[in-house]
Amino acid sequence: MSFPWANHYQPTNPFMRWMDEKLPLPRLVYNAIGSGYPVPRNLNYWWNFGVLAGFCLVIQIVTGVILAMHYAPNALVAFDSTEHIMRDVNWGWMLRYAHANGASAFFVVVYTHIFRGFLFSSYKAPREMIWLLGVVIFLLMMATAFMGYVLPWGQMSFWGAKVITGLFGAIPLVGEPLQIWLLGGFAPDNAALNRFFSLHFLLPFVIAGVVILHIWALHIPGSSNPTGVEVKQESDTVPFHPYYTAKDGFGLAAFLVIYTAFVFFMPNALGHPDNYIPANPLSTPAHIVPEWYFWPFYAILRAFTFDFFFVPAKLLGVLAMFAAILVWFFLPWLDTSPVRSSRYRPLLRKFIWFGFVPCMAALFYLGGAPAEEPYVMFSQLAAAYYFAHFLIILPIVSMIEKTKPLPNSITEAVLAKHGETAAAE
Amino acid sequence: MAEATIDNPALADGDEGGVRRRDFIEIAAVSFGGVGALATLYPLISQMAPSKDVLAESSTEVDVSAIQPGQAIKAVFRKQPLFVRRLTPKEIAEANAVDVGSLRDPQTLEERTKEGHADMLITMGVCTHLGCVPLGAGEGEVKGEFGGYFCPCHGSHYDTAARIRKGPAPLNLQVPEYEFTSETTVKVG
Amino acid sequence: MVRLIGILVGIFFSGWLLVTLAVGFFTWASEPKVETAEHVFHEHPKELHLASDGPFGHFDLQQVQRGYKVYKEVCSACHSLRHVAFRDLEQLGYSEAQVKAEAAMWQVPGIDPVTGEATTRPGTPTDYFPKPFANDVAARAANNNAIPPDLSLMAKARHNGAAYVYSLLTGYQEQPEALLTEFPEAKTPDGLHYNPYFANLNLAMAKPLSDGQVDFDDGSPNDLDSMSQDVAAFLVWTAEPTLAKRHQTGWPVVLFLIILTVLSYLAYRNVWRNKEH
Repeated sequence: MSFPWANHYQPTNPFMRWMDEKLPLPRLVYNAIGSGYPVPRNLNYWWNFGVLAGFCLVIQIVTGVILAMHYAPNALVAFDSTEHIMRDVNWGWMLRYAHANGASAFFVVVYTHIFRGFLFSSYKAPREMIWLLGVVIFLLMMATAFMGYVLPWGQMSFWGAKVITGLFGAIPLVGEPLQIWLLGGFAPDNAALNRFFSLHFLLPFVIAGVVILHIWALHIPGSSNPTGVEVKQESDTVPFHPYYTAKDGFGLAAFLVIYTAFVFFMPNALGHPDNYIPANPLSTPAHIVPEWYFWPFYAILRAFTFDFFFVPAKLLGVLAMFAAILVWFFLPWLDTSPVRSSRYRPLLRKFIWFGFVPCMAALFYLGGAPAEEPYVMFSQLAAAYYFAHFLIILPIVSMIEKTKPLPNSITEAVLAKHGETAAAE
Repeated sequence: MAEATIDNPALADGDEGGVRRRDFIEIAAVSFGGVGALATLYPLISQMAPSKDVLAESSTEVDVSAIQPGQAIKAVFRKQPLFVRRLTPKEIAEANAVDVGSLRDPQTLEERTKEGHADMLITMGVCTHLGCVPLGAGEGEVKGEFGGYFCPCHGSHYDTAARIRKGPAPLNLQVPEYEFTSETTVKVG
Repeated sequence: MVRLIGILVGIFFSGWLLVTLAVGFFTWASEPKVETAEHVFHEHPKELHLASDGPFGHFDLQQVQRGYKVYKEVCSACHSLRHVAFRDLEQLGYSEAQVKAEAAMWQVPGIDPVTGEATTRPGTPTDYFPKPFANDVAARAANNNAIPPDLSLMAKARHNGAAYVYSLLTGYQEQPEALLTEFPEAKTPDGLHYNPYFANLNLAMAKPLSDGQVDFDDGSPNDLDSMSQDVAAFLVWTAEPTLAKRHQTGWPVVLFLIILTVLSYLAYRNVWRNKEH
């Protein structure tokens, strides 16, 4: 820990002292999310979402392990075993709805968490590693969510698996053998379902491991903050506990109200009705769509309708879809501005709120819309802006932008804000 | 420094009553959260109890009309073997000749059958030692030294009333709850 | 270097998308719009209000029982209900004895205890509703090459499922004159039946229900509209028998969490009371 004023763990209870000598786990917790971790005092509600994401992971692992006690990963009975969970297992309906909506909640929270990163340039030095690990977590989440959606073996499960593995078929030369290898067959069947189940069970624990690395990397420079000015003195920080445990507790309770409202009152609102039809390899649903959290990337995939000379449109779409996420890995180096927070970057702020946000809203909408005009044209426009935003606008704006003056310290910013409100009253 | 007053709650809190009320809110919030977490455990634990379809299969009907004296059938009750045996008069006499007081698990044949159906011996086919299925119900199987059932796992011998007579098993073969719904039909469970 | 490559990649993707967009727009604007009969004449489900709607929704057991009767006497001839067991009927307010008697009225697949041959036997409460056809081939052969879908999850397997079922059952009609003049090739083929609530307008199922087809013991109305609503209510129940319990559990949970939110907000303000931020 790099803050000399951080509280030190001093157990008074003899058992805790003994424990500290043998296995300093309480000390680790104290320094990670206890009083021993000084955090900027000016964090706003955008900073609640990291803890919420961790909580979502816990919900998913707990409900998921339980569902795996009742689910049968066999193409003949997978659908029926899911209905068995819904109808016969004690509280099974609640656990399954908690898991299905938990996935959505996890993505809502993580998208917000990532957007916080864009808004306050949290990816900039010295926090590049935190950001890179975060993108890895996001990729793992997408893989996990995709494989989990296959497990109920409904129509969307089956055709989702077929279409997404079909993307790999776009790769020249190795594509088709690769797709067959991924599925363990020529179409999704028992082999695919079993390996998806195995990996869907494994990956969340890998995610948990990377989350630990993500938090470890976070504790080296400490948390960023809305001003983007680094912590300079003790008055800039407060101990994580009780200040941010209290704030995160409130955020968590508010999150749970919305989450449980979905689980108990509109559990299928975010799902697709076709997944209540058992998988049928002989009949394709009218509109194959992935779950809502993949829609922006699905829209980018479908935006490419023309071959580029010798590169087929299908391959272009696949490359663009992966590039749309991989580009995030390079943000720390694409953005060269000395200033972090978009509060002090007026031009970037405008591009984010009036360019990027509408672009993402459009991509979210268009990815779920049918693949017909005029939706395709709009998704081409939105996807074009998406790439331009990260790869052209961000590097250029960060070079030419005239930034606003930064406060000297977090404390100064806080006092100035309160001085203003006091004066306004 | 001005900050001393801002950062130090002890200095800023004037009245003690205020402190107590405020502490109460924190305690209330944490206890409320704790109650919620405990309540959440209930479904997480009870999901492991038998599900509705399992409970629905917890009673079995057996047609006993075709069983001849000296014969036994194996039925299935709660996914476990159930022995249904029609005793011969000789077997009944053998069972009644035993001094009940000398038994490890003292029970008379009468206590182990239903009134009016003293020849129908219905027991679980689960050895009370470690749960193996004893021999003796199937055609031509070894019936043990006492002519009832014999468990080959650890050598427990049961007599014609399925009472433990020799070997490590502590108790007689269990008689499940059952009733005759007609002269020929038994509802177990 | 990263920036240079980035800008080039960005120009490539964005540029190609804009080129595609321009060409696509030109084609879209210059080509005549092709309308289809499905697009013009397909109708969204009619409005339907059931006791199970909304966050306070529960089952109107009398109605669900009536719907069950219609299923038993009409739908079950072709449609299976494979996720529902006879024992589940107890949730509709039938006694254990009634359920047993009801189950025994259905023939379920069984094995002859002497010869081991496939046969049928009367159902018991633990049996599931039997399938009307032995397999998909038989189902196709008997139904003009269309497999009657299983109904257990129908109310969840369609957008606005209950209203869809209700609309479909009451939606059979003659093909509109306008459709035939605008799209002469969309004339309903022989053996199919026109219904604007069905996705492609023509379905293999003939009008299954008509006024007065089923009699209810309690003298409830048995016109087509009422019976279709009853069937819809029954299928909401078969799709999710736990729906009422879900709502009943949800309210205490959400209210508890709202109180917790208020308390934790006060606690948060209390912890931060002297800390400007």
